Amino acid sequence: MDKNLVKDTIAKRVALEMNDGDLVNLGIGLPTLVANFIPKDISITLQSENGFVGLGPAPAEGEEDKDLVNAGSQPVTILPGGAFFDSLTSFGIIRGGHLDATVLGALQVDEKGNLANWMIPGKMVPGMGGAMDLVTGAKRVIVAMVHTAKGTPKILKECNLPLTAAGKVDLIITEMGVMKVTTKGLLLTELNPEFTVDDIKKATDAELIISYDLKEMRTK
Amino acid sequence: MNKVVDIEQFTNKIKDGMTIMIGGFLGNGTPETLIDAIVEKGVKNLTIIANDTAFVDKGIGKLIVNKQVKKVITSHIGTNKETGRQLNAGELDVVLVPQGTLAEQVRAGGAGLGGILTPTGLGTIVEENKQKIVVDGKEYLLETPIRADVALIAGSKVDKSGNAYHTKSTRNFNPLMATAADLVVVEAEKVVEIGEIDPDVVMTLGIFVDFVVRGENNG
Repeated sequence: MDKNLVKDTIAKRVALEMNDGDLVNLGIGLPTLVANFIPKDISITLQSENGFVGLGPAPAEGEEDKDLVNAGSQPVTILPGGAFFDSLTSFGIIRGGHLDATVLGALQVDEKGNLANWMIPGKMVPGMGGAMDLVTGAKRVIVAMVHTAKGTPKILKECNLPLTAAGKVDLIITEMGVMKVTTKGLLLTELNPEFTVDDIKKATDAELIISYDLKEMRTK
Repeated sequence: MNKVVDIEQFTNKIKDGMTIMIGGFLGNGTPETLIDAIVEKGVKNLTIIANDTAFVDKGIGKLIVNKQVKKVITSHIGTNKETGRQLNAGELDVVLVPQGTLAEQVRAGGAGLGGILTPTGLGTIVEENKQKIVVDGKEYLLETPIRADVALIAGSKVDKSGNAYHTKSTRNFNPLMATAADLVVVEAEKVVEIGEIDPDVVMTLGIFVDFVVRGENNG
């Protein structure tokens, strides 16, 4: 699959997880694309952890406001009904169970719902930023990522990179399918028809339980 | 009380080895004029407490690049390659803290609390060497208060007594950091007369502020 198609496929599927009225935090990168595919019949509110709710799209060129940026330092807009606040309130929202969902990328995720996305010791140490709070506090944690790292599985029996949080991931969505974290392990509930069950099993280190009700991966 | 001072009155207070808290989020809402003055003075061995180390040419990043920092307590360094390089070379001590925890530690430092209890970091390396406390059957990490010698914050509109209004996404860590340091300095994008900011929209209280410094190129 083409790289952009892969990303759009994932983002479109994640968008279908949103419910009308949800307050959601989208991580930097691929998760941000989810905002482009929210079904027309629902409305969600996006939180930006640097201090506001009602995050809107990027402004038109020349309309940028130096005092209004997202958590990735990019110029953005705020929608009517939005509000600004300080970092205490921002993380009170996140930790306090007020976020319906957070969507993040992963370096690794495992069958127990453990997530690693903030450092590779000795190699890449960007820091956790707000990720640990988001994964700990959001009601639903959705991992949205390309299924493998250039062929190397990222969905593992057990993460070996430092964790972002233990046992907090609810759902994993990749270009290959949708996997639910259950007490018995990872349940494959939807498969992208571009791939076979064998393909996805080969690309996954964790044991996949194939749902008796396995469906075609929805993107609209 | 008029707290507006010249930049020299501020830099005179900044010494080697100080612990300095700096507001802002990736340089948004960061007091650039105050940082530039510290870069120019060249004090060394600073401990910086801030959300992130911004970029090599912006905000706190400039202090890192100029090798004035020995330790940084922060949630994110990924946007500044020099922070990572100094960390890997053993030149800089970096303590990474979850962003929400850092905010609450600063609040605790400014609010007379002995710490805060958070579930963030449980089951990760963040919990190492920290006390765990169970409340109503739920486990939390005890995170201790953080204070600094100096807090540097940025205000969009600041009255001469230090009451500050921070517009849009520039608020972030600024109001809380103003509560948690011995010397609190606000860089004002615009200085206004006392009474010109509606008391209903004051975000950082002048009672916490010692100095108001006019930002460069601003009123």
